[in-house]
Amino acid sequence: MLKDKDRIFQNLYNDLGSDLASSQKRGDWVNTKEITDKGRDWIIDEIKNSQLRGRGGAGFPTGLKWSFAPKEVGSRPHYLIINADESEPGTCKDRDILRFEPHKLIEGCLIASFAVQAHVCYIYIRGEYFVDGQKLQAAIDEAYKKNLIGKNAAGTGWDLDIYIHYGAGAYICGEETALLESIEGKKGQPRLKPPFPALIGLYGCPTIINNVETIAVVPTILKRGGKWFASLGREKNTGTKIFCISGNVNNPCNVEEEMNIPLKELIEVHAGGVVGGWDNLQAVIPGGSSMPLIPKEKCETLTMDFDSLMAQKSGLGTAGVVVINKDQDIIKCMARIARFYKHESCGQCTPCREGSGWMWRMLERMAKGEASRDEIDMLGDVTNQIAGHTICAFGEGSSWPIQGLLRHFSKEIKRRNKFDPIVKEHKDIPYLVDQHLLDKNG
Amino acid sequence: MSLKRPSKDQPENFEFNSSSIEAANQIISKYPKGKQQSAVMALLYIAQKQNDNWIPLAAMKYIGKFLDMPYIKVYEVATFYSMYNLSPVGKYFIQVCTTTPCMIRGANQLVEACKEKISENESELSSDKSCSWMEVECLGACVNAPMMQINDEYYEDLNKDKTLKILDKILNGEIPKPGSYRGRTNNEPENNRKTLMDLKNA
Repeated sequence: MLKDKDRIFQNLYNDLGSDLASSQKRGDWVNTKEITDKGRDWIIDEIKNSQLRGRGGAGFPTGLKWSFAPKEVGSRPHYLIINADESEPGTCKDRDILRFEPHKLIEGCLIASFAVQAHVCYIYIRGEYFVDGQKLQAAIDEAYKKNLIGKNAAGTGWDLDIYIHYGAGAYICGEETALLESIEGKKGQPRLKPPFPALIGLYGCPTIINNVETIAVVPTILKRGGKWFASLGREKNTGTKIFCISGNVNNPCNVEEEMNIPLKELIEVHAGGVVGGWDNLQAVIPGGSSMPLIPKEKCETLTMDFDSLMAQKSGLGTAGVVVINKDQDIIKCMARIARFYKHESCGQCTPCREGSGWMWRMLERMAKGEASRDEIDMLGDVTNQIAGHTICAFGEGSSWPIQGLLRHFSKEIKRRNKFDPIVKEHKDIPYLVDQHLLDKNG
Repeated sequence: MSLKRPSKDQPENFEFNSSSIEAANQIISKYPKGKQQSAVMALLYIAQKQNDNWIPLAAMKYIGKFLDMPYIKVYEVATFYSMYNLSPVGKYFIQVCTTTPCMIRGANQLVEACKEKISENESELSSDKSCSWMEVECLGACVNAPMMQINDEYYEDLNKDKTLKILDKILNGEIPKPGSYRGRTNNEPENNRKTLMDLKNA
């Protein structure tokens, strides 16, 4: 288990208070000027050395992302945007940072803004987190008052303004280009990439977009050194991560742990075990609803980091671990996730808009045992028609969980759905338009 | 995609009151000059707050003029995002999360409680017209499942009895205390904490 002194978020459970004075006691806003005095190249190199990967789901190396920002500020200003539109089912880590560790985030914003030469930073918070957003706003106001941000922020000589922009309940706005559209006051439909936001982003200006957790760990990395961060976890999967363990466990919780921690340890030690004992485990969704589930057999030895989960054809995603035990109907669980994606599809690309509804309806039928045998292959076909054929990664996000279900639980689906296709059964269905296909003499 | 329809009964006119105008101007100042369209989402919230928790079409037209943008662009935004109510909801608007992490911990009990206490169907006003409820997608408090949101506040770690008690209070016009209803501190693993022990109750 990770030592307490190596935990970055000391106030994860709000034992100490989130105000500026107690945050400073924990080391926030200490030596901020010394860090920026070392220059932006040093900051970006140190982040690269720490091998920090984005915590928002895709796991893109943060140092590399920052280095994409133009070296010189041209006629267009640069922007930093913090993505706090946390809506992935199973994930609730950013909310705790917003309400309990706001100063880590604000200090991170200052350092990141300095590194990418942005004078304005927008924090995009999902609308449902209004109360938590108010707490962050209080922390921002406090920081303004103490001159930690604003003109000559924290004595660094850098000017920075931080504004909060509230979303309004659209999951898709967690996608970075949809988020930009949303801040520009349009409906949140993703843009085609390239051009990438690092060159043409908000209002057509260079924009760097990072997740809340990514930015909030930056000050600690720079203070303790990239080497320290890289010494945790394993190569290319370094550092600590907040895991959210929800579902059928005895003590669902958020906990900060080292990368590459065994899944079993996470569940048994921190979350108090599976309801009904480890043998009652059915499957685990390891990284928020978009990631394919993993059946019990593989959970024994699974370690939680980007690459080892990728090897299991799943992913770490946002590290929202949803534990599903044998008391649950796995097909129903996935049908509910499919309903989520059907509801949240932005409607821009046809495969996703139509396909997400098809997947949901087919799964609902499969859960009830009303689907015919051939529909199982058809469902797999639909998922393949969606993944990779849409503008953004929502297509993959909605079809991967279903592909995971088909990969690991097709026996269960087949057991429940034994009908022959309607065409073969020669049923008389009065409302079917293509009745002639069923014609017995046809 | 979610389907949203504006209410059939629409007021003729809508205008911001003075405090709304002040709030709106403050929000517009956050964005660069000429990019006032960015404020449309926040202004829709202000309109919703001013107009008993829902946005009439007249308000969209008003905001369009206020921000110098076409009405259809405001309408697009208002119909795209799910948190804008386009028809009247209760003064207490209850949103029950029923996505998988909440579902497997018994979110259906919360739905049952809402059906018993408020109204048989979603988005239907209660008999005293003070409340309405609906099922929503993940609200991002999965380790505190099952949970629901009443106006801005989260009510976590619920079951049917606790939900019924909360709804009773709401129907009596009281505002119950938000947060966990199993008495745990925020997101900590209750009675099983292994980390940051020396800080506990510090």
